[in-house]
Amino acid sequence: MSGPNTDYDPVEVTPLKADEVEAMRDAALAAIAAATDLESLKQVRLDHAGDRSPLALANREIGALPPQARKDAGQRVGQARGAVNKALAERQAVLEAEHEERMLVEEAVDVTLPAERRRRGSRHPITLQSDLIADLFVAMGWEVAEGPVVEAEWLNFDALNLGPDHPARTMQDTFWTEPADHHVVLRTQTSPVQARTMLTRKPPIYVVCPGRVFRTDEYDATHSPMFHQVEGLVVDEGITMAHLKGTLDHFASQLFGDGIDTRFRPSYFPFTEPSAEVDVRCFVCRGVDSPACRTCKGEGWIEWGGCGVVNPRVLIACGVDPEVYTGFAFGMGIDRSFMFRHNMADLRDLFEGDVRFSAAFGTEI
Amino acid sequence: MKAPLSWIKEYVDVPAGVTTEELTRRLTLTGLKLEGIESPGSQITGPLVVGRVLTKDPEPQKNGKTISWCTVDVGDANGTGEPQGIVCGAHNFEPGDLVVVVLPGGVLPGGFEISARKTYGHVSAGMICSARELGLGDDHDGIIVLPADAGEPGEDVRGVLGLDEEIVEFEVNPDRAYALSLRGIAREVLVSVDGAADFRDPAIRDTPPANDQGYPVVVEDPAGCPVFVARRVTGFDPAAPTPDFIAQRITAAGMRPISLAVDVTNYVMLETGRPIHGYDADKLQGPIVVRRAREGERLTTLDGTVRALDTEDLVIADDSGLIGLGGVMGGETTELSKSTSNILVESAHWDAVSMFRTGKRHKISSEAGKRNERGVDPTICEAAADRVVELLTTYGGGEADPGVTVVGTPPAMPTVMVPGDLATRVSGMEISEETTAECLRAVGCEVSGSGALEVTPPPWRPDLTDAQDFSEEVIRLVGYDRVPSVLPTPPSGRGLTRVQQLRRRIGRTVAGEGFVEVVSFPFVSEGDLDALGLPADDARRTMLRLSNPLSSEAPSMTTTLLPGLLRTAAKNVGHGAESFGIFEHATVTLPRAVGPAPILPVDRRPTDAELDELVKALPDQPLHLALVGVGEAELSGWWGKGRHVEWSDAVAAVLAVADELGVELTVRAASVAPWHPGRCAELLVGETVVGHAGELHPRVCAAYGVPARSVAAEVDLDVLIEHAVQLRQAPHHSAYPVAKEDVALVVDASVPAADVEAALREGAGELLESIRLFDVYTGDQIGEGKKSLAYALRFRAPDRTLKEGEAAAARDAAVALAAERCGAVQRS
Repeated sequence: MSGPNTDYDPVEVTPLKADEVEAMRDAALAAIAAATDLESLKQVRLDHAGDRSPLALANREIGALPPQARKDAGQRVGQARGAVNKALAERQAVLEAEHEERMLVEEAVDVTLPAERRRRGSRHPITLQSDLIADLFVAMGWEVAEGPVVEAEWLNFDALNLGPDHPARTMQDTFWTEPADHHVVLRTQTSPVQARTMLTRKPPIYVVCPGRVFRTDEYDATHSPMFHQVEGLVVDEGITMAHLKGTLDHFASQLFGDGIDTRFRPSYFPFTEPSAEVDVRCFVCRGVDSPACRTCKGEGWIEWGGCGVVNPRVLIACGVDPEVYTGFAFGMGIDRSFMFRHNMADLRDLFEGDVRFSAAFGTEI
Repeated sequence: MKAPLSWIKEYVDVPAGVTTEELTRRLTLTGLKLEGIESPGSQITGPLVVGRVLTKDPEPQKNGKTISWCTVDVGDANGTGEPQGIVCGAHNFEPGDLVVVVLPGGVLPGGFEISARKTYGHVSAGMICSARELGLGDDHDGIIVLPADAGEPGEDVRGVLGLDEEIVEFEVNPDRAYALSLRGIAREVLVSVDGAADFRDPAIRDTPPANDQGYPVVVEDPAGCPVFVARRVTGFDPAAPTPDFIAQRITAAGMRPISLAVDVTNYVMLETGRPIHGYDADKLQGPIVVRRAREGERLTTLDGTVRALDTEDLVIADDSGLIGLGGVMGGETTELSKSTSNILVESAHWDAVSMFRTGKRHKISSEAGKRNERGVDPTICEAAADRVVELLTTYGGGEADPGVTVVGTPPAMPTVMVPGDLATRVSGMEISEETTAECLRAVGCEVSGSGALEVTPPPWRPDLTDAQDFSEEVIRLVGYDRVPSVLPTPPSGRGLTRVQQLRRRIGRTVAGEGFVEVVSFPFVSEGDLDALGLPADDARRTMLRLSNPLSSEAPSMTTTLLPGLLRTAAKNVGHGAESFGIFEHATVTLPRAVGPAPILPVDRRPTDAELDELVKALPDQPLHLALVGVGEAELSGWWGKGRHVEWSDAVAAVLAVADELGVELTVRAASVAPWHPGRCAELLVGETVVGHAGELHPRVCAAYGVPARSVAAEVDLDVLIEHAVQLRQAPHHSAYPVAKEDVALVVDASVPAADVEAALREGAGELLESIRLFDVYTGDQIGEGKKSLAYALRFRAPDRTLKEGEAAAARDAAVALAAERCGAVQRS
């Protein structure tokens, strides 16, 4: 298998005596053990296991020996080289491990250094709250309906049983647009979305409508000319106030915690009859004897919104047959709900755009 | 509506065990929501006692005033039983009178602490009080002189003054105008509070029948004024004081005592709900006429305002001309004055809609108008007038004129058919027909029949017109708290629409790019657009104006989100923020020249054509996304210097959104305000411009007070969403080896990189997998007016390993096309 040993010099051949082979092996093993790093081990490998190492040279001589001696010598040299290679591998592994360990120690950093190199973004808490509420209803099989904020007077008022001479029109201070005879307003409620939904869909209708609304309120800690409402509308056969109560109880428990329910008080809204104010049980004190509760001011209940059974007049104006269908509707302030859910004192924080405020809420609430 | 509890209890008996809290809780649950319970004396602490003036020595002062040095017997209240020495500035009392004394240690409203102090040469140990000092009204003409039987010196005086009265305030909804009276509230107590009994209706009284000796009244518009009752009191003493109970009660109700005659009309209005007007009878000339105003007529109302009237306004006239705006406000010429001794009492029923319109037209908001426009019981005009006459003659010493004028008759209440099971069907709880009838009778309805009940509402409930209105009455009395809680079962929903989902993803994507969402008001001015540097003919200058903006400084609905964002950015800078990005997604309002939005009928569904006209009359309201970046995009830190935000960050944020939507956006240079004319990218889908991004014009930054080199973008999300990829196709990645080729091309500095890239892409052909611009070089090595663009091209075939030279050939083809299209020369 090998070619002619051109540089083979028989003169230098030393007899392959057993003790000499052992000496070569021991010298190699000693050198291996003495190698303290990978660099010196590399040299040891060349010196004791390389092509010109004594054992390699001895190995070459084996071929020239008589058959019986060749066998003995081959065995001897082979074992010696095996022992050297094994020692080299072991030593290599140890030194590599030592080296890696040292490197890792040397590369240690101060991991307490600040890590954020980019600005973090976030969504607005009212967007998050709107999404959260929409999701609660979508989970029940409802859908989310939408409409424009600059709205026709007829949809914002008349269709909702708020005729031009309805005293309740003065309950809401409306932004009117020019020219006045165009009958266009900034919607004062999200209810026109309900009207639009009934006008364009056939019952059964189960929709929730979150959105911006506008009223000519001066801007202060609890009022804003723009705020956010969420309304719900159900039109189906056999719908009653009990379904309204069930829905709002569920909504309350989902938004404020298990066991939080609602209370109805008679009220008046032109678009519903009967109408009710809905209070939500205080989720901090749970309404249990809590004169000191700051969230509900000791009342046990927090005013949440308005609701009622859809007035048949509204159904008629929106093309729904009140003989077949009944419905319920409710509406509450998203901002207000957010304020007491998240313990926020000043409504204006929502609209001032201070990045520290929105950033506190991340991208989900 | 505020009402003293004792006044309520004058008309209805409440069991002794029912506390104020329980009573108001019950009323709240049946629809009269408690707003608060207050007591006029709640701000007064310490000794407040009856005192008897023993001596009163007037002492003129250098400043022209005369004070009185008094000694006052306050019994044992001062601990000594000795007379108390008090300096008093008022003069309306004499020795022997009983007065109200607050002793040292007492505190009056406003935190006014009383101590013995030296004044006008005396030590004044306390104070003799006026009504105003006790928070009992505005009367500061003198101190309170108590009736001789008010009590013994030293006794606590709170009870006598009504200071310990509990005043309950209710929120009264527009449909419950009857509760704007003690009569109505007492009736609610009767039906709401267990054990309440023996309702004594103050509007039921024996009234003298109409006769022909009354003051002549002609009602020319009986629809506008169905009932007009006039009574006269003669020989009234205009100086007669208002009795304490009237003054205290109307003060408690939030009105101001003025004079006995005026106070009595207000008192009776509070008592019965029926507004009353009093005329100085001596100033009337000839018969009273009720009619609509004529074209061009004017009236000076008693608030001194000259009002140009509308022909719809109901007016009261006599031979002298107009003397009142019927049901809303009286005229100046016949106003009750301090010398009025003959009074004509008007108790008239007015058309509610007309009242509402007149009040709104003339911006008059009065206690009378509030009641008249919501509907008053038309059957009690005579009773209310009679009650006024009674009080005027009792306390003002006049005589009731025997003449009684009654014109017209109260309109009948319509009978409504109410299905016996309606309350059950509406409420979802079992309510029997018997219970329904019982509840309706409790609120004053007449009920007959069965199955379908024939129900006639009481005259004080004009709000009850539809069957469902009656169901509310039944359900509220049965109890809203008893309505069961049942979840309805909707059909399977379809979840959020795709557009709704995409909008959420857009918000998350922009947030992921490091921007913080904010919400701004959409109100802007021309000046805001000037600050953006918009040219005069910019379409964004066409804005929808508000008729009644909150501020004249922001009268229009914005067409761009940038003014709001830039203001917000400036505010954040003002708060010390240095590096931040903000964004908003909201609709903007783009007016279009179309006709008015019709007022459609409500007794049927409008036709599709009508609805179409309605919707088309509204402005376009596309959803926009805008963002602003300030300061560093990549922050400076221990790792080294950061990177200031630049035009490309704004572009990148929009591209990230487009990528999320699967929309391919192309970019080209544009020069559009408010951006830097050389650093403004126009973003297109196909040939449709969806928006712009880049560095803001330095003047815009200065105008809005944001740091120079801030960046911004604004795009139309509706267009982006419209082009969003419907269904993404799975990519097929080749597993064969990639061949990389880099080229550096020198082009004129004015050649857009996008053009070079497009040429390379096209020229490279199908084997090109990706192309990336990794360096842009300008400098001496390539000469002035030139730039070098270095691209990394990756080639790969889907089905085989590329052969030797194939990638190079494709690269050469790419370079050749770039040379042809853009004059590109490959750098050697």
